[in-house]
Amino acid sequence: MTVTSPPSQFTALPGGGIAHGSYADVPYEDKLALWEEVKADARFPDYMYGCYECGICVAACPSARFYDFSPRKIAQAAAREDVELVFEQMNDDVWNCSQCFSCNRCPRQNSPGGLITLLREVAVRNGLTTAKDALEGYGRVVYKIMTTGTQISPDMLQPDAFPDWGPDVEKTSDNLELWRRALPPETLHTTEMSWQVSDETLIELYLIWLHSDVMDMIEQADEGLHMIILDVMEETLEDAGYEV
Amino acid sequence: MTTTDNTFIPLSEIRKPPVPDPAKAPTEDIREQLFALEDAGELIVQRVPEPYIEVMTKYGRTKKIPEQMTWHHKSCGQCGHIPGYSTSIFWLNRQFGMSYMDPTDQTSCTAWNYYASATSNAVAQAGVASRNFAAAYATGYFPMIHCGTSYGHYKETRHEIVHHEELRHKVRDIMGKLNKPLVMPEEIVHYSEWIHAMRDRIAERQVRDFSSITASIHPACHYYKLVTEDAIYDPDIYGGQRTATVTGIVESLGSTVGDYSTFFDCCGFGFRHILVQRDFSRSFATQRKIEVMKEEANPDVVITHDTGCVTTLDKSQFAAKAHQRNVGVPVLSDAQFAALAMGAHPYRIAQLHWHATDYTALLEKMGIDWEAAWAEFEVDLGRLERGEIEYLSWEDADA
Ligand code: SF4
Ligand code: SF4
Repeated sequence: MTVTSPPSQFTALPGGGIAHGSYADVPYEDKLALWEEVKADARFPDYMYGCYECGICVAACPSARFYDFSPRKIAQAAAREDVELVFEQMNDDVWNCSQCFSCNRCPRQNSPGGLITLLREVAVRNGLTTAKDALEGYGRVVYKIMTTGTQISPDMLQPDAFPDWGPDVEKTSDNLELWRRALPPETLHTTEMSWQVSDETLIELYLIWLHSDVMDMIEQADEGLHMIILDVMEETLEDAGYEV
Repeated sequence: MTTTDNTFIPLSEIRKPPVPDPAKAPTEDIREQLFALEDAGELIVQRVPEPYIEVMTKYGRTKKIPEQMTWHHKSCGQCGHIPGYSTSIFWLNRQFGMSYMDPTDQTSCTAWNYYASATSNAVAQAGVASRNFAAAYATGYFPMIHCGTSYGHYKETRHEIVHHEELRHKVRDIMGKLNKPLVMPEEIVHYSEWIHAMRDRIAERQVRDFSSITASIHPACHYYKLVTEDAIYDPDIYGGQRTATVTGIVESLGSTVGDYSTFFDCCGFGFRHILVQRDFSRSFATQRKIEVMKEEANPDVVITHDTGCVTTLDKSQFAAKAHQRNVGVPVLSDAQFAALAMGAHPYRIAQLHWHATDYTALLEKMGIDWEAAWAEFEVDLGRLERGEIEYLSWEDADA
């Protein structure tokens, strides 16, 4: 795309495209590097084949109905390699997606939802401020899953967390320990985990986290959370005789 | 209409779309790739144990559903917040005397980190999947996935492990550090597929009359929109144009399926939305699903087959009711619905006290005296509180 006379709030760029007002201060090279990271992911060719611009994905998309959001725009920006627009989307639109994959009915076999997963990952891995903002209030879930191997544990059902779910939440949380003991499956008597996970299993899970670059991603997203999770993991692993 | 040999074809047959020919499937049969990788010594394929039931998937291929020797890969949200869901799955297995395993050597698929917060990546996710599969393989029991998202995510992960050599080798290295082989099950099986395959046997054991019940079905997105060709389709259910799971068991139990126009829409769960942007989840669940169902089918119950769907569709109705919206339909999983049909206790097994939307009218239609049932459950709670029993056992639950 060649922009001959960009509107005043935009800046023309050497590689084509335009720098949008809100992110004009971010160097084009940085945006390009992020886009290259998205494209280099092994999953990218499975998610993006080009775009007919037909809008079938938009018709199927729940987030398009309730937000100013469009999976077609995500696919178009990627297909055209519009680095500026991709950067803008990476900072905003991607967090509106519900990850339902209704858009997988795309006649071009694209997966705009899958593309969004990648865009989010790159945003988190590179510590974009908008990604940090989007993950605010999310630390407890990440902590739970990484340290206990389960999430949405019974003790997360607190009335102050779910005031809109009605008075039953309070009843459940008040009776939690008793109600959990009233469950016939033996693995479900837990309150801090969704089910009983063995210690050996947790050790193996921690080793997976350490041998993939997940911990680096957490560090980029939330340094404090990273330290807490690492402490829990190191203590368990050292007790089990692993050198960390 | 006549054919070239002048045979008359009844109208009902003309309307029925042809059964898909697997030879013309637009996608590869990933199982062939798995066996080829196994032959090359790259991984182990865990075979579906016999006896199994054969069902048809979207493009006419056959999928094997194990009857028993199943390793139950539990769901965080089911076990954590709506535990009558998992309890009912186990109860059904026990009723049929099926051998199964409820392992502690299982973690979540952790796809919540992947889909909601993006604080994970393909290698870590494939590592978690492979660890769980290797744990199942070591026991000889075959993975039966409770969560729709785990099921969908594992299918995606399988695709990545098969097609991306570098990723496969990274995961195999990680498995090596855990002293585990790289294992992939021959089929990725969702528990609702087992219920579907067992539906006639479940109906034979039905003790409660569900014929006056109208149920609207919500098919779970991650069951059939992610790697669509693994989902079960049946020419006799919606002409094979929609997934057959859930609808099949509801029909087998004699209930009416109340169809509605927004069946393809998701529930509004959204992963991150249900926790940090719940206004979206509430609005979507009530305005695009429950209210449409009410208006078009007026069901007694919504039946679905995934964790987030039960949670979102059920819990979102409280706030909408406060705004005088047209809501108020209880939401159950197919497992709870089937268990109740076979005589399960509504609180000891289906654990309906963990649900939010009023279900008492539904229980009355099922012929269940819910007040008496709750009184029985309160006796159990009293025994637990007094320390007479430490836990409610399966025997207590069926007493
Ligand atoms: S992504 Fe697919 S469905 Fe969406 S506009 Fe492009 S071709 Fe159409
Ligand atoms: S995955 Fe995201 S983009 Fe695709 S339909 Fe769902 S909400 Fe829309």
